[in-house]
Amino acid sequence: MVRVHLTRHLFAFFPQLEGRELEVEAATAAEVVRALEALAPGIHFYICDERGRLRTHVNIFIDKQMVRDRAGLTDAVPPDGEVHILQALSGG
Amino acid sequence: MAPRILVGTRKGTFLVEKAAGGWRPRLVGHAGTGVNYVAADPHTGRLWALLGHGHWGAKLSISDDGGGTWTDAPAQIKYPEGARFIAQDMYEDASSEFGVGWRISTKPATLQKLWCIAFGPSGRVYVGTIPGGLFESRDGGATFSLNLPLWNHESRGGDLSGGDGKAETKWFGTPASEGGDFAPGIHSIAVDPRDGDHIRIGVSTAGVIETRDGGQTWHPRNKGMTMDHSPEPEAEWGHDVHAIDQCHGAPDHIWQQNHAGVFYSNDGAASWRKVSRPEQGVHFGFPVSADADDGRVAWLVPGRSDQQRMAIDGSLFVARTEDGGETWKQLRDGLPQESAYDVVYRHSLANRDGVVAFGTTTGNLYVSDDRGDRFTAVAHNLPPIYSVRIA
Repeated sequence: MVRVHLTRHLFAFFPQLEGRELEVEAATAAEVVRALEALAPGIHFYICDERGRLRTHVNIFIDKQMVRDRAGLTDAVPPDGEVHILQALSGG
Repeated sequence: MAPRILVGTRKGTFLVEKAAGGWRPRLVGHAGTGVNYVAADPHTGRLWALLGHGHWGAKLSISDDGGGTWTDAPAQIKYPEGARFIAQDMYEDASSEFGVGWRISTKPATLQKLWCIAFGPSGRVYVGTIPGGLFESRDGGATFSLNLPLWNHESRGGDLSGGDGKAETKWFGTPASEGGDFAPGIHSIAVDPRDGDHIRIGVSTAGVIETRDGGQTWHPRNKGMTMDHSPEPEAEWGHDVHAIDQCHGAPDHIWQQNHAGVFYSNDGAASWRKVSRPEQGVHFGFPVSADADDGRVAWLVPGRSDQQRMAIDGSLFVARTEDGGETWKQLRDGLPQESAYDVVYRHSLANRDGVVAFGTTTGNLYVSDDRGDRFTAVAHNLPPIYSVRIA
């Protein structure tokens, strides 16, 4: 199972995910986001735009490495991988 | 129902209600989030807020209990697969003798900003967006779809919902985008109260466009408008409409604040007449609000020129005409007359049943109960105000 860590910001919009151990079946970053959508309908459109591209100021890390395919999120996730999803800090 | 003022700000949605002692604002939702527009569907009472989350994109939010609780709308605004728009930008080019190139390209359209919402009969809901989309619902907002005849309009650049169009557009951009692109935006939607299939929209930067058949065909309605800043002032396209507002009781009367002045039509936008009166301080600005009954009556909040975009001479006034723009009265009672640098955005002025309300980028909210004759500062320290509607 892939363990997913979300920025606290997303809990403001999806409180049902707060405090949960998030573990999903996924082999790519795109599948991680789709699995989250099943748990919290609507979250896909927060993380990605309507073309499925990672939003400009959002990042996904797979085992501490930033994803490379921001357009399709085809980056592979190991079966026991850890995925972090968070927003970029935009200055200030 | 007692009048409510709905206020969208850079940091949340405020509801302003009249209680003993005056109008009182309170934060009712979206704390910390940009709210471009808040409005009530007059047919259902549902409140709609158009959010710009920044990192997380633009979202539609709804409330069915008068603002007590909010939830993301079940149908969000999304551009369909294949939708593209024509972008124009300058880029670094070492091979050019000038060091830069100018590029016109077609780009996939994704939602950058929700800018305005309007309501028609029989469950119709319309949302204007950047880049330049008119989304429509015929089921009260349960589903939305992009109006393709407008998206693929000849003026826009041809087939941009599947193809690459003709790489030439007469629609230019607005810096109001939240996505960084200089792309066009739809900021005004006026559904004719006599006929739900008759709609006029305002586009920055293209002009006023009309459909009489429910959105199947669209036609420019820019006759009489002039672009003083342009080498071709009377061109059919390219007009920088800042806002339009239609008189509900006399719908052939339509008011427009434009980058190039104030325009008025009393023939349903078939033709426009410039009614700027610079000597009375009436020329540049963003918002306009038409009276609900008398088509000759309208309010503006003028600003100082497009170069400055500030209150004129540091003093704030609302301008009201009661004769179709022949003369304007400056309404200053209760408004700051020195060291005022308030700017009023295009959706931040409204009137209804004698109440006139406007909000400013400096977080001031002013309300008059007597058509603007005297204003009261209801709040001084709100976040920058993006929209003011009375419902």
